Amino acid sequence: MSLDTLSSEQDQPGTTAKRSDSFVFGIPQNGLEHKEREVLFDEPPPLPPNSELMYIGKPTVRYDGPAKAMGTGKYTADVHLPGMLYARMVDATIPHGRIVSIDTGEAEKLPGVRAVQVIEHFYGGAELRDPKQEVPSRYPVIRYAGQPIAAVAATSQQIADDAAKLVKVQYDSMPFVVDRSAARAADAPLVFPGPADEAGSAGGGGGPKGVAQTGNVHGPQRKQSGDVEKGFADADVMVESEYFTQVQTHSALETHGFVVDWKPEEVTVYASTQGTASVREEFADVFKLPQSQVRVITEFMGGGFGAKFGAGNEGVMAANLSRKANAPVKLMLDRRQEHIVCNRPDSHQQLKIGAKKDGTLTAIKLTSYGTAGTGTGAGTAGPATNLYKCPNLLTEENDVFINAGPGAAFRAPGHPQGCFAFEQAIDELAVKLEMDPLMLRDKIDEHPARRVERQIILQRTNWRNRKPAGSDAGPVKRGIGIAQSVWYRFVSMDSSCEVRISRDGSVELMSAVQDLGTGTKTMLAVVVAEELGVPPSDVVIRIGDTRFPIGPDSGGSVTTGSISPAVRNAAWQVKQQLFAAVAPRFRTTADNLTIKSGRVVFKNDASKSYSLKQVAAKLPTSEISARATRVAEYSKERLTYGGVDYVELAVDTETGRIHVEKVFGAHDCGRPINPTGVLSQINGGILQGISYALFEQRIMDQNSGYMLNANLENYKILGAREVPEIEIELVENYIAQSSTDAAGIGESAGIITLAAAIGNAFYNATGVRLRKLPMTPANVLAALGKTQEEVEA
Amino acid sequence: MADSPKITFSRRGFLKGAGVTAATSVIETANALARDAKEALHADRVQGPDALTIKLHINGREHSVVIEPRDTLAQTLRDPLGLTGTKVVCDRGSCSACTVWIDKTPALACMTLSIDTTGREITTIEGLSHNGTMHPVQAAFVKHDAMQCGFCTPGMVMSCAALLERNPKPTLSDVKHAVSGNLCRCGTYPKVFAATLDVAGEKEV
Repeated sequence: MSLDTLSSEQDQPGTTAKRSDSFVFGIPQNGLEHKEREVLFDEPPPLPPNSELMYIGKPTVRYDGPAKAMGTGKYTADVHLPGMLYARMVDATIPHGRIVSIDTGEAEKLPGVRAVQVIEHFYGGAELRDPKQEVPSRYPVIRYAGQPIAAVAATSQQIADDAAKLVKVQYDSMPFVVDRSAARAADAPLVFPGPADEAGSAGGGGGPKGVAQTGNVHGPQRKQSGDVEKGFADADVMVESEYFTQVQTHSALETHGFVVDWKPEEVTVYASTQGTASVREEFADVFKLPQSQVRVITEFMGGGFGAKFGAGNEGVMAANLSRKANAPVKLMLDRRQEHIVCNRPDSHQQLKIGAKKDGTLTAIKLTSYGTAGTGTGAGTAGPATNLYKCPNLLTEENDVFINAGPGAAFRAPGHPQGCFAFEQAIDELAVKLEMDPLMLRDKIDEHPARRVERQIILQRTNWRNRKPAGSDAGPVKRGIGIAQSVWYRFVSMDSSCEVRISRDGSVELMSAVQDLGTGTKTMLAVVVAEELGVPPSDVVIRIGDTRFPIGPDSGGSVTTGSISPAVRNAAWQVKQQLFAAVAPRFRTTADNLTIKSGRVVFKNDASKSYSLKQVAAKLPTSEISARATRVAEYSKERLTYGGVDYVELAVDTETGRIHVEKVFGAHDCGRPINPTGVLSQINGGILQGISYALFEQRIMDQNSGYMLNANLENYKILGAREVPEIEIELVENYIAQSSTDAAGIGESAGIITLAAAIGNAFYNATGVRLRKLPMTPANVLAALGKTQEEVEA
Repeated sequence: MADSPKITFSRRGFLKGAGVTAATSVIETANALARDAKEALHADRVQGPDALTIKLHINGREHSVVIEPRDTLAQTLRDPLGLTGTKVVCDRGSCSACTVWIDKTPALACMTLSIDTTGREITTIEGLSHNGTMHPVQAAFVKHDAMQCGFCTPGMVMSCAALLERNPKPTLSDVKHAVSGNLCRCGTYPKVFAATLDVAGEKEV
């Protein structure tokens, strides 16, 4: 993912009147300060720190918890409309070739089948810069096994499944390559006959465009500062190594899918998506409809992790089928297809770091090759570029095309791969310098939050009792390691909402923003509650519908940081309206009214105290409302944040099994709005990180070009038995950037660091570096020199 | 030999056996297989291959529903009956998202044929709460935030509630064992453990 794609922040047109205000700044552990900022005149007053607030920063139960626990929440997969048909996608059974013919006759004749649609344009992955380099064809060229070809809609899912098997496709096969290193060879089969680029999707994804391409190698994208050769010449110590990471599939429990109800006056789209706005935009674009005629609804969403943006082939096919059959159509991918539709690219990284005797970094050089299948976006340079200051840096990132499903943004794109290499290399550097790895980071890491986080880890864990590497005598060896993450304060300006107060005192918030399970609904309720002095459970949250003001696409941890200031501003504005409207009825002025500890009170007379309901009852109209949109960050500093994760593990050197026994995470997400949701997400990031480190791996068959483990029994994800003890400490970090100062936690929460932290703990346990993921028993035994290395990654 | 009463390992029996989640002990699995084999001996009526109407006893109510013999219980619950709390994730018995109870024993609805569940007592996630009042396990899941996207949650709740039915005082290890077949992609496991132990009156270790 190009990190810039998510940063759509612009200067706001319109009002320019500014005022200066004093905002809380810093980290409580260091003592809070204040910072003066110039802000727009109608911004709400600065929020005090969380310790002085009623709801923000206090644990709040999940808004839709009961619906989820009772099974009443309706996900896209659960939507049932009158007369709805069920669809199944037909996909390619060869990894590379041309479609000669498609015979849908038998499928159409099957009783119960209502429509069959053959794909006209394939969405996703890279496209040739010059389409003329390929012989024109009626059908899209097949570039991976599992690429969508057609879809069938029928009166039941069973009939649709039967009919999908009756679609006869004749292929003209072409040579293929499904292995990254094989694809780099000069004589490798070409996935694209010429240079190809991927248009980034709404949620990121897609790599650099227009870079050089030689054979299947798209790149390098070169970024440099200073002079690395000079930096290495100046170094007292150097570490240099190669690292390999695997392809990971998103494996959200709800598959990609849509229910489309095509009506001439409006197309209604139920989508399992991370961006209602992105779906609406792409539907309008593909079908040449005004956006006003496309409505997208995402009430409950069964996980995305970066893979679910836009219309996708599933959405386009569902819409075509619905139009053809004149009935609503549900098209959900099946589990096999879900494993193929998207993934986190793999990597082969060559990394060299130079440092002075005192630890000061003098040069970093990273060359990476990774495959995003038929797509791009396998870069890994984020951590090497952004974690520590280094005067000389050179990164060269290459995408390698292979005949496999396209990569997509996946929770902190590029960062788990990059961190696995970079944070292990930093650890290795500490060993060479004979420094404590945590102290080395104290020396080279300027980030104030991570500095506090390291102190917390020093105080709360066994770090100080860490033994020298490989000192356990028996076959089971224990070790301790840490790694650090970095992420970025991206903001989407497409963040709007409306807050409404009715005369009966009820409060509603409306926005098209969606909740992927991260707790967005709860977070929004807390922000409104704080401003209006009612409990969060009294605020009705209506989101996930494009009939409401536009919301940000949820990718790159942008949601909370983008939408929460808009929500606070709308709530604050409607409160001003309320005070102005009712003040005369209370024989006072609007500016004498305020909300304190959940009550409307007179500033000049504390005995005058009312509930919101009592005050709203005096409204002259039945309803008041305010709409607000995200304003630009208060300062133009480009800010990062991150966490430090600590791991204790045991390695059974006879079986090659790694048992992660304890994880301690110290994390920062600006001002936490609902710690309950934040902690849940960090738990999740840590566990997904362990799963990535130890178990997950897409396995491609070199002979057939198929993914061999496109299911949940052979593609192993972490289960209950592999859950370690987890402790988490949240660090508040006030940076005076918006009316809430909040940031998302999804990316920096453990997924980036865990593989590296486990690698460092493995070294501490065994004295051996594990530079290849996943850390399966086979790879562990190979690293320990107990077995022959299997196939080189 | 067509009339031979030889007990064979039928596909039907296999499906049902495989349908029992990891939440259940080996003995219970063996019991289910034995019971099924016995039933198969007495079954002489051939049903299907066309659609037919069957009666299913779900959440204390009898439902008359038209199914195909090949329909799984998960499909029947979700589509004709609209009981969509039961989720389908892998559709082949490897994730336990579709866990329901058949005669009080956790079973995988995606690995159970609807036609095989006539005369059995089926409990789904919707049957655990009453008029919007949550079962104690559901309430504890909310209290401990034992959910994120929520797609695995109904299956998790069914596994944990079944555990507490057969063992009201489980240890952390018992809870891990009970949900060892339930996959969660968001990583809610620690909160699932805490919620279940909370209901049992045990502090999480």
